[in-house]
Amino acid sequence: MPSPSLIESKGFVLLTAFTFFPEGPNAYLKYHLFFISHFYLCSSEYPDLRQHNNCMASNLTPAIYAKLCDKTTPNGYTLDQAIQTGVDNPGHPFIKTVGMVAGDEESYEVFADLLDPIIKERHNGYDPCVMKHPTDLDSSKIHSGQFDDRYVLSSRVRTGRSIRGLSLPPACTRAERREVERVVVDALAGLKGDLTGRYYSLTQMTEKEQQQLIDDHFLFDKPVSPLLTCAGMARDWPDARGIWHNNEKTFLIWINEEDHTRVISMEKGGNMKRVFDRFCRGLKEVERLIQERGWEFMWNERLGYILTCPSNLGTGLRAGVHVKLPLLSKDPRFSKILDNLRLQKRGTGGVDTAAVGGVFDISNLDRLGQSEVQLVQTVVDGVNYLIECEKRLERGQDIKVPPPIKQFK
Amino acid sequence: MTKNCHNDYKMKFTTDEEFPDLSLHNNHMAKVLTKEIYEKLRSKSTPSGFTVDDVIQTGVDNPGHPFIMTVGCVAGDEESYEVFKELLDPVISDRHGGYKPTDKHKTDLNFENLKGGDDLDPNYVLSSRVRTGRSIKGFTLPPHNSRGERRAIQNLSIEALSSLEGEFKGKYYPLDGMTDAEQEQLIADHFLFDKPVSPLLTCAGMARDWPDARGIWHNDNKTFLVWVNEEDHLRVISMQKGGNMKEVFKRFCVGLQKIEEIFKKHNHGFMWNEHLGYILTCPSNLGTGLRGGVHVKLPKLSTHAKFEEILTRLRLQKRGTGGVDTASVGGVFDISNADRLGSSEVEQVQLVVDGVKLMVEMEKKLEKGESIDGMIPAQKFVCDPQEEDKSIC
Repeated sequence: MPSPSLIESKGFVLLTAFTFFPEGPNAYLKYHLFFISHFYLCSSEYPDLRQHNNCMASNLTPAIYAKLCDKTTPNGYTLDQAIQTGVDNPGHPFIKTVGMVAGDEESYEVFADLLDPIIKERHNGYDPCVMKHPTDLDSSKIHSGQFDDRYVLSSRVRTGRSIRGLSLPPACTRAERREVERVVVDALAGLKGDLTGRYYSLTQMTEKEQQQLIDDHFLFDKPVSPLLTCAGMARDWPDARGIWHNNEKTFLIWINEEDHTRVISMEKGGNMKRVFDRFCRGLKEVERLIQERGWEFMWNERLGYILTCPSNLGTGLRAGVHVKLPLLSKDPRFSKILDNLRLQKRGTGGVDTAAVGGVFDISNLDRLGQSEVQLVQTVVDGVNYLIECEKRLERGQDIKVPPPIKQFK
Repeated sequence: MTKNCHNDYKMKFTTDEEFPDLSLHNNHMAKVLTKEIYEKLRSKSTPSGFTVDDVIQTGVDNPGHPFIMTVGCVAGDEESYEVFKELLDPVISDRHGGYKPTDKHKTDLNFENLKGGDDLDPNYVLSSRVRTGRSIKGFTLPPHNSRGERRAIQNLSIEALSSLEGEFKGKYYPLDGMTDAEQEQLIADHFLFDKPVSPLLTCAGMARDWPDARGIWHNDNKTFLVWVNEEDHLRVISMQKGGNMKEVFKRFCVGLQKIEEIFKKHNHGFMWNEHLGYILTCPSNLGTGLRGGVHVKLPKLSTHAKFEEILTRLRLQKRGTGGVDTASVGGVFDISNADRLGSSEVEQVQLVVDGVKLMVEMEKKLEKGESIDGMIPAQKFVCDPQEEDKSIC
């Protein structure tokens, strides 16, 4: 039902104000006039979210919209920009996407009235108003982190980091994006030993280099997912985008894709402890190198590491393995076991792909409210349990669904 | 103004740091935009907050094709053509055959001025169609407009169109409110437009909030159709089977005038000025914004060595029957006017009528095994007689 046009209804708005507030001082009348017309102006802009199923649509009430629609971050980022991806992508009945992004660090403050409830919903009850997020990159605390290589084909830990003072991918200008590239590539050039490597800029790599990166499964493409393109993250592609990796191909950094940086440590086989060691060591070294040059990562104790998508706040960490579970995956209790272990499964192509040959990508569900060490230990314990189940099923023995792990430790 | 705030923030970076990398690009914007022009324009913004980066984003994101020269920039509002004239005037000149910033554009929607056009042979001319676009004054354009503006445009359009009578009596189908049966009928009639998938449009922000406030109106006879809030505020189409272009053009002119009267009554007439004619989102559609054309069977002529040259001299262009960027099927071509700016609606449709009539006669000659060498026309001139415009749109 189309709403009456803005221009034609100014008379209507004024009339309403006079009817409701016939007496009273002029200032009071003016305030309510402003309030009603402001609210009305906002209501004509309020998005139609009736077909939508995402966290933004579930939490954006007309009142919150009216409160935030005129605000901007110091860089000029607005609420309409932040929610555009969620308005343009109604979502799927089964898969609930977040539906909103941050354009800069301040977005999480300026639009907190909307982002806090979204964060709470997405991160299973973590309340950013009262809780603190623990950061712990001391990998020596991990125990039993060496998996049975007959089952675990590869191990991987990834996270993201944003450079404080520069806008995030949905909002950054070309100059900012180039600055991110410069700062990070400069720092990475200082890595030594097993972390020594080199940078491949997307605009300048040779065809041979491109083919090698594709063969290594390192190359990332211009985003095609409308979740990302509608948020403006593919602008100016491929300007200032690139890939850095060490010579051993076990430590990889994506620059200016969905976040300023994505940091990945990986190797074939089941030595998750070593993967996480390298991850922590590499991250700390990169941080030291950018700090030497006067920069730092976006982080605060309320939300942990600040990234573009609210789903990646906290640790931004996804630690996972490719593991062979042909028998367990056919057991009707498989999903429940994963749930209770706070793990998720994906196909071996990554998010939104199917499993092939009984091989699954198993990783942590949580990101915020627990530390890196806690989450990796959860994955280690969980994967060891899954392998135990698989072995028991091989021997014709029964398995047990483990009790659910406590959410926030 | 929030967008100006962002632009002020950007000014702390230098021109060199912000200037786009256009080394692989082939579009009109990339050919025109120098660092000097960018430096001059980057601190500006239109009253509604549209900036030069907004204008060029689609051209930066879509480097183009070696053979097809796209425009690579859009307007966000009426004022864009003024505020960013250092960039848009040369783009307009390149795209519209040398049109100068001092030139004046003629508007002529008097259908009686069209000579002939009612006798194109229906054995060859399968259908005739005229389309244009219109922008509603007082609102920003699809790359920039907000949900509230788009909805206001829809409401005004519904009001204007629902007051039409006689052969123009019809019905509006909002994209987010039509029934399945209505949707199927609109698809069967080839009326339904989809969410844009072309990155030329999506990178310019024209698909935001889809399908909010988008819709299709058509008259009961299915000969007059209006698209609301697709690539322009309004796209207006008159069409029918057969070769009576005269009738199609008459309905087009009459219908447009009726609609315009109603918008004017609400103090929201159409965007127009005497230099650029009708103001539309894409600079390629300035002037008349008119594409008048036919679907015509030319199996022999289309394979003749001189076909392209004939089209060029007649100031016509060919497309496949699926529209822009499609191939022809069974020797049937979409033939329409190549020009938009610098000549009037009547002049452009006259070129189509005269040119198609000649080509059908040529086709008949070729069918009889006769030569058409004596029929090859001299170059037609309508605006500035400069080198041919080889682009497509």
